[in-house]
Amino acid sequence: MSTADEVDLSHGGSRREHRVDSLVRWVFFICALLTILTTVGIILVLVQGAVTFFLDVSIIEYFTSIDWAPLDADPSFGIWPLIWGTLVITVGSALIAVPIGTLTAIYLSEYASDQTRSVLKPLLEILAGIPTIVYGFFALSFITPQIQRVFPDTGTFNALAGAIVVGIMIIPMVSSLSEDAMHAVPDDLRQAAYGLGATRFDVSTNVVVPAALSGIVAAYILAISRAIGETMAVTLAAGMRPQITTNPLEPIQTMTAYMVQVGTGDLSVGSIGYQSLFAVGLTLFAMTLAMNLVSLWIKGRYREVYR
Amino acid sequence: MSLVDAVTDRFATDLRAESTREPPADPDTIIEARDLSVYYGETLAIDSVSMRIPERQVTAIIGPSGCGKSTFLRSINRMNDLVQGARVEGELHFKGKNVYDEDVDPVALRRLIGMVFQRPNPFPKSIYDNVAYGLRIQDKDDNLDERVEQALRQAALWDEVNDQLDKNGLDLSGGQQQRLCIARAIATDPEVILMDEPASALDPVATAQIEDLIDDLARDYTVIIVTHNMQQAARISDKTAVFLTGGELVEFGDTSQIFSDPENERVEAYITGRFG
Amino acid sequence: MSQRYIDEEGFAIEGDNLDRKRFYGKIFVGVCFVSAIIGVIALGLLIADVINEAWGWLDWTFLTYPPSQLIENYLPDGRGAGIFPALIGSIILIALTAIFTILLGVGAAIYLEEYAPQSRLTSLIEANIANLAGVPSIVYGLLGLALFVRAFQMGSSLIAGALTLTLLILPIVIVASQEAIRAVPDSRRQAAFGVGATKWEVIRDVVLPSALPGIMTGTILSLSRAIGETAPILMIGAATTMFAPPIRDGPYGTQLPDLFGPFSAMPMQIFDWATLPQEGFQHVAAAGIVVLLTVLLSMNALAIYIRYRYETKT
Repeated sequence: MSTADEVDLSHGGSRREHRVDSLVRWVFFICALLTILTTVGIILVLVQGAVTFFLDVSIIEYFTSIDWAPLDADPSFGIWPLIWGTLVITVGSALIAVPIGTLTAIYLSEYASDQTRSVLKPLLEILAGIPTIVYGFFALSFITPQIQRVFPDTGTFNALAGAIVVGIMIIPMVSSLSEDAMHAVPDDLRQAAYGLGATRFDVSTNVVVPAALSGIVAAYILAISRAIGETMAVTLAAGMRPQITTNPLEPIQTMTAYMVQVGTGDLSVGSIGYQSLFAVGLTLFAMTLAMNLVSLWIKGRYREVYR
Repeated sequence: MSLVDAVTDRFATDLRAESTREPPADPDTIIEARDLSVYYGETLAIDSVSMRIPERQVTAIIGPSGCGKSTFLRSINRMNDLVQGARVEGELHFKGKNVYDEDVDPVALRRLIGMVFQRPNPFPKSIYDNVAYGLRIQDKDDNLDERVEQALRQAALWDEVNDQLDKNGLDLSGGQQQRLCIARAIATDPEVILMDEPASALDPVATAQIEDLIDDLARDYTVIIVTHNMQQAARISDKTAVFLTGGELVEFGDTSQIFSDPENERVEAYITGRFG
Repeated sequence: MSQRYIDEEGFAIEGDNLDRKRFYGKIFVGVCFVSAIIGVIALGLLIADVINEAWGWLDWTFLTYPPSQLIENYLPDGRGAGIFPALIGSIILIALTAIFTILLGVGAAIYLEEYAPQSRLTSLIEANIANLAGVPSIVYGLLGLALFVRAFQMGSSLIAGALTLTLLILPIVIVASQEAIRAVPDSRRQAAFGVGATKWEVIRDVVLPSALPGIMTGTILSLSRAIGETAPILMIGAATTMFAPPIRDGPYGTQLPDLFGPFSAMPMQIFDWATLPQEGFQHVAAAGIVVLLTVLLSMNALAIYIRYRYETKT
């Protein structure tokens, strides 16, 4: 056999095909890398803006003062009233969404017939897809008037309406993520409990919920993180008055609502008000990031239980 | 009994191919099926089965896969109620009462008929809480420590775990997990224990331990065990029922007789390995 | 052990605590069911409230006229006022966002599913995507403001808005596309490799066509989220009110979107109307919401249709 007849296996396909193949690999890699760059970009932008801000404003004042009055002639930058506002909304909405969302998830996962599920689940998905500005409008035009019927002194803007509307908004998030966690509980465990003479009530509350608990808690944390970052609904419902008050019928201001206030105003670039956006944004980002990481960590531990 | 003894013993019984324990002279019937059929949707899973299962003996149900033996087992404590589209015809009497009568609460029934499953399925709770689970839901939580210890002893697990009752049940080995599930099932003191291929996911040593345990359990309980392993059925059971494809009960009788001199040709073919 | 718990006739009598348990169980199911429909009731109330407020204020004029400061102009016998510039602004904004997200999101998904080695970088990218999905949308607005509007000097333009929204929904589109690509059976890839296709040819000719319906469904659903987003485009400085749509004259008498000009979008316009103190503007805001929700729900319906249609095929 002469060497000329030998099959050449070193170059499959044309040279052009090869070049295209390695080129597209790089293009796609850059697309994926872009997500990393987004995170890096967010952190850089926030940190740089915040550093500029803290060159003018004492970081000690920022974290210790309880007076937030950035637009006053003698401005004061104590973040606590904004954090307080955010906490009021977050705690209030969690008080609504956690029980309702969890019970909804138990119903969908353990009780509902396939037919009921096929109706309820899409409706809850629609609820989750309603823009937050619409929720804000709903709070103004429906929820607050109902509150005013009971407490006539309530103003147009109040923390309670904000907490209620954000609570409604995150119910689908709690219910769908908790339901996923309950769904992942092996059917073996339910069978074991039924075999011991458990009622469906026992199985749901004593077996499924404890076994899914870490997934359910992770759902709560994600939903709370969402409530912390919620913007338009709280701006419209809860108002723009930064204050530390325990009266839920008073207006408050969240970190996000302050950012909207600055964003819609005519603040020039480089002004202290503009720079404060980034300090508040960084505070907000740090809070939600911490919650998201805790949630991921809990979920990761949860997977190990069933291998 | 040490592991070596357990294995040696198992081979010894293998050779004899029958139970070492003499069945009681005149056992009472505890469960009786009368023309029992189970359908899944349109599919007939078991076909008008009639049999009488004696009290405090080990009854083995054998047959090729898909013959309906598990379905029959699950029809005894009405676990099939949990399967969508499952339908039962005929009667199944437990202590003279048809469990498919309208006034029977399947939950009450299952409290008297415990079950052990093919794959060990401990709850992701401590060993103690696993065994105590049934006691707690049935409000039998007086002397809880005592009952838990007794169940673990009966399940031959106490010596291995008594110093680590707080450990998660999922951290035990496969064989230990299955004995934990048996302890969980007997803790509430049921009358009957149903076992659905309880050793099929275990290694030979763990299997030998479970088989010894079943032998002991038959002193206090009626044990009904589904197995695809004919040697196992021969080793541990007093009575054997053979189901063949189509969900039909083909032969039922004393284990020694079924394995030495079956009446039915198909059963003989199945047992000698020419069919199934 | 000799003591039996229940004697001969015992079992048919319902267990000791069973009646009580059944009772609690019934109450519990009731509470669960009520919880499950609270969400549905809230949805119903919300939609009823919006439609009720918008009743009589929404007509063809509303869709085709620019907004006005005077409430009389929105009335049926007024000079005509509405949402037209913001509607067109939203449509162009979402179209641009769609182009960017599909290119980038599908590219990243292909890389992660088909090329990425099992490395620390890959798992970092995956974890980072999960984390980005939880970043508040207003923070993306700050990124867009500092990066696109200021650093790249795009100003508060359509293109800056579309790029900001792209970064916002990219994590969701990537995850949805990854799922669609993962669902393509490996046997199809093997078949193409078997006839000597290169990796890119396999992806182009086999993987992408099979995964396309799933990718489209995921993309449209995330775009329907983007169209209602207010906070990010508010931060980049989108106008609350524009009197003309972002359109400029092109060559040969054509009309082109003005990518680098100012724009408004429906959620911004709704925000503006909702915060105006004058009597009557809440009805105008409600009318705007009806238009927004109609567009948004149509997009959802399209996505569900695509999913349904191709699911039944394969």
